[in-house]
Amino acid sequence: MNADLRTRLGSLRLPNPVVTAAGCAGSGRELEQFFDIAEIGAVTTKSLMLEPRAGRPAPRMAETPSGMLSTTGMQGPGIDVFLQRDLPWLLSRGGRAIVSIAGAGVGEFGELARRVSEAEGVGAIEVNLSCPNPADPAGRRFADDAAQAATVVQTVRSHARSDLPVLAKLSADVPDVVELAGACVTARADGLTMINTLRGMSVDTRTLRPAVAGGMGGLSGPAIRPLAVGCVYRVHEAFPEVPIIGVGGVRTGTDVLEFMAAGASAVGVGTVNFSDPSACTRVLREFNEALDARGVSRASEVVGAAHRAGTGV
Amino acid sequence: MSDNGPVQTRCPVLNVRRVDAYYAITVVAPGIAERFRSGQFVSVAVGGDHSSTLLRRPFAIHDVKPDYGGTVEFLFAVRGSGTAWLAERRSRDLLDVVGPLGRPFPLPRDPVNCVLVGGGSGSAPLFPLAQSLRRRGCRVDFVLGGASADRVFSAITARRIAETAAFTTDDGSFGTRGRVTDVLGRVIEESRSDAVYACGPMPMLRAVTAVAGNHGIPVQVAVEETMACGIGICMTCVIPVVGEDGITRMVRSCVDGPVFRGEQVRFDDVGTIPFDALGAPGWKGSSAARAAESARDIA
Repeated sequence: MNADLRTRLGSLRLPNPVVTAAGCAGSGRELEQFFDIAEIGAVTTKSLMLEPRAGRPAPRMAETPSGMLSTTGMQGPGIDVFLQRDLPWLLSRGGRAIVSIAGAGVGEFGELARRVSEAEGVGAIEVNLSCPNPADPAGRRFADDAAQAATVVQTVRSHARSDLPVLAKLSADVPDVVELAGACVTARADGLTMINTLRGMSVDTRTLRPAVAGGMGGLSGPAIRPLAVGCVYRVHEAFPEVPIIGVGGVRTGTDVLEFMAAGASAVGVGTVNFSDPSACTRVLREFNEALDARGVSRASEVVGAAHRAGTGV
Repeated sequence: MSDNGPVQTRCPVLNVRRVDAYYAITVVAPGIAERFRSGQFVSVAVGGDHSSTLLRRPFAIHDVKPDYGGTVEFLFAVRGSGTAWLAERRSRDLLDVVGPLGRPFPLPRDPVNCVLVGGGSGSAPLFPLAQSLRRRGCRVDFVLGGASADRVFSAITARRIAETAAFTTDDGSFGTRGRVTDVLGRVIEESRSDAVYACGPMPMLRAVTAVAGNHGIPVQVAVEETMACGIGICMTCVIPVVGEDGITRMVRSCVDGPVFRGEQVRFDDVGTIPFDALGAPGWKGSSAARAAESARDIA
């Protein structure tokens, strides 16, 4: 366990690359019962909206092969309660916060960025581009239209404190994820988080009705990992200087290694938190061991290794 | 990390036994046993370390004993591949168990008369509750129901530890034909019950709450919602519950429950987002409601 694990996402410096994925760790308080939240790189909070939100009706979840389908509808307390109650708690425990924001429109994204910027101690803002765009006639998500996604990123960037990194969280079920990434980078995103859940459906074969209310849900878990790794690889190839948080089905320390080799500078642990509440520290320990076993002294050496000619490291 | 919160432990199976239509697994888990209060549950990983079945299965704790430093027993029916895998465990196999989870049944300060109502495997958490109540000098009466005789759980134990025990089955194969609520009113009257505790399917809890309300006595219900994480982060097990402040919130069955005051659960609205729930579409909370939300401790 000797490797130097430090990593950077723009100006955000983290002691190690293991962070939680948005929506899979609350604000860290529940997981703190199982491990020291300051031990991991950062907590990415669940996506916060301007107002409190009750979310979708139940059933909200269905188990799928090596994954789960869920649709919580972004239930949450709203940004103000988060900033007054949850953020101070996380910081008091020595945790680092990446605050995920979800606007009900472009203007709300700007307002959210402004309020987050006024709070002390936030490490970065993550922009959830998978929310529906109310201005889109077909009800598509911001991420479905690279130009709309860029507008959101630009708005957040211009309302956020200039020293606060802005990370764009990308969906992968879009026409061209590299184009989407490029639009966000041009709009001055400091980094990219990828990928969000993929839209899918599970049908209850007893009732022949969709298993989750509303029909479609977001697919997560190890089932989507190869797709996520592929997206990270392609985007890193196109924009090698842009830091990426790789997210999608991470379950073990070698999964972290895989995402980093594909081009990620940090890696989000998501759905596995639901099945293993101490997953983050276990994954971090396994990652450390995996580096040792390969004689790697700095985690940053691994970033993008899969792109280099010859063998990795 | 805290000393009285849940723990995650890999614990050896002591035994697996058939109990009528159910299975009961006892594991050696001192950390869970010592923290346990009745009404709490465990969540169990199924399928092994490389399983494609990711989500834990929640089970109410049925019994805790001091043997081997502390054992925990839970009950389940085989419903799918996860529970089928569990039923195949043998003595000394290891299970990854998290617990104890959730808010326990609140216990009365005084030695009052309590009727405990269970449906199917939902009867399981009522047995340690009965023991706790008895230790406090409470009178305990049982009403247990199920689809058929083999689904009325532990009738013999219920008869042994309770003042009276009434049973109902849908098919009439044991006890009274019908539902628990067909006999509950009579039991409340005859045993002069002061409080009701219930665990079982949502329609049963709704009906039990109505009967308790008709008799003007409080009712605590333990819900059996499906959940992914059991620790409050996945937000998939929410139900609409009215708070002390009169505001309806979509609360997590796992950490805000599974035990609720019956009259606070909006049974008619389970599976929906009531229009007046905090954060519902079009909801416009007062500044007082927001302040209350801000002050609310989520722990």
